[in-house]
Amino acid sequence: MSRRLRTGLFLVGGAGLWALLGWAFAGLPAFGDYHGVYGRLVNRDSLGQTHAMSAIAAVTFDYRGFDTLGEDFILFASVLGVALLLRQVRERDVDARQAVEESEPVRAVGAIAVPAFFLLGLFVIAHGYLTPGGGFQGGVVVGLALVLVSIATDYRSYARLVHKSLADLVEGVGAGAYVAVGVGGLVAGSAFLESFVSRGKIGELTSSGTIALLSWASGLEVAGATLLLASEFLEELLARRRR
Amino acid sequence: MSYLPYALAGWLFVVGLYGVVTSRNLIHLVVCVSVIQSATYVLLLAIGYVKGGTAPIFNGIALGTKAVDPVVQALTLTDVVVSVTSMALLLAIAVEVHKRTGTLDPDELREMHG
Amino acid sequence: MIPLQAVTLALVAAGGLAVVLARDVVRQAFVNGFYGLSLVVLFLVFQAPDVALSAITVGSAAAPLVIAISIARVHRRERKR
Repeated sequence: MSRRLRTGLFLVGGAGLWALLGWAFAGLPAFGDYHGVYGRLVNRDSLGQTHAMSAIAAVTFDYRGFDTLGEDFILFASVLGVALLLRQVRERDVDARQAVEESEPVRAVGAIAVPAFFLLGLFVIAHGYLTPGGGFQGGVVVGLALVLVSIATDYRSYARLVHKSLADLVEGVGAGAYVAVGVGGLVAGSAFLESFVSRGKIGELTSSGTIALLSWASGLEVAGATLLLASEFLEELLARRRR
Repeated sequence: MSYLPYALAGWLFVVGLYGVVTSRNLIHLVVCVSVIQSATYVLLLAIGYVKGGTAPIFNGIALGTKAVDPVVQALTLTDVVVSVTSMALLLAIAVEVHKRTGTLDPDELREMHG
Repeated sequence: MIPLQAVTLALVAAGGLAVVLARDVVRQAFVNGFYGLSLVVLFLVFQAPDVALSAITVGSAAAPLVIAISIARVHRRERKR
């Protein structure tokens, strides 16, 4: 099918899609006019039931914890796919031979920024149910703080700091810990992913039962996934394959 | 005026789809796919919005103040992080395609080689 | 709908169109970064701070990282040939 024909076909189909979407969206309640029941119930009851200040964290890791388990495994499968795709040819020399101009100011800024962002990421994971944050956001920040090492210095220091097997391990431990906490609910006599740790006092770091544990497990997994992705892509960029 | 966010979601979807259909570069195509994904985020958050509501984090505000729906936000935030990994997978496929065929143009990749 | 929301909606619509119309991938990476930031403002204005936090980390750092490395990888092979 030629390009022109494809574009023309799309314009016709796209206009039809636009009309159908318009008709569908016109049937929704107006913006701001919220008709749902579940959201109101969660807002009303989540603080009392889960002792988590953030209703979003309560939904992510408690009420809909099972869906988050699924999302964690989507993440795991995608990173697995990337590793499978990019690792096949390459077990040879990763050659960081790109001309890296040693820049002292960049390294100085990196020396301050990397630990600061690492701590910030851990903070965001830890306070996920008290403030906006949580395992997913904080995990990305932690992973990227370590990738910053490769940007501020060179790839070799980054590879020495973060072995790919370590990132693999961290990601696997995170995913496994999530399932283990869920099974802990089973062992404690209630349902899968039901909280078996005491809920504690509202507003403290040791509150909200298993939400804290699941948030840390997700944070570990997302951090490991980010590190693994970055390692795979950077190695792919810098590998010199013998033809 | 009050249906504008839904129109934005539809607009982003159709525009992203146009980008995918007429793309000449696989990497450009992957970024257009991420535009389509952002259309779903806008739609979800627009559905959950409560007029005059605040963020559903009850840290210092009294229980019972009007807050927006937290369920759609929980769905969207995990979705945003997972979408970047799926985008990385698509980009890895694009890089592999370039390795094997030397081109990133979808129009030249018509035939499948055994 | 408050005016701030209307303006941000217009910005996101224009940003989405700009991302699609930027045919050169390097330019598109930059425009994608700006589009991500406008999405963050939109999420904030819709009272979703958690989602905005995810979108900041992902859209400003992780997505440009993988896109830029892919472009560099492809460009490097092109140059070698």
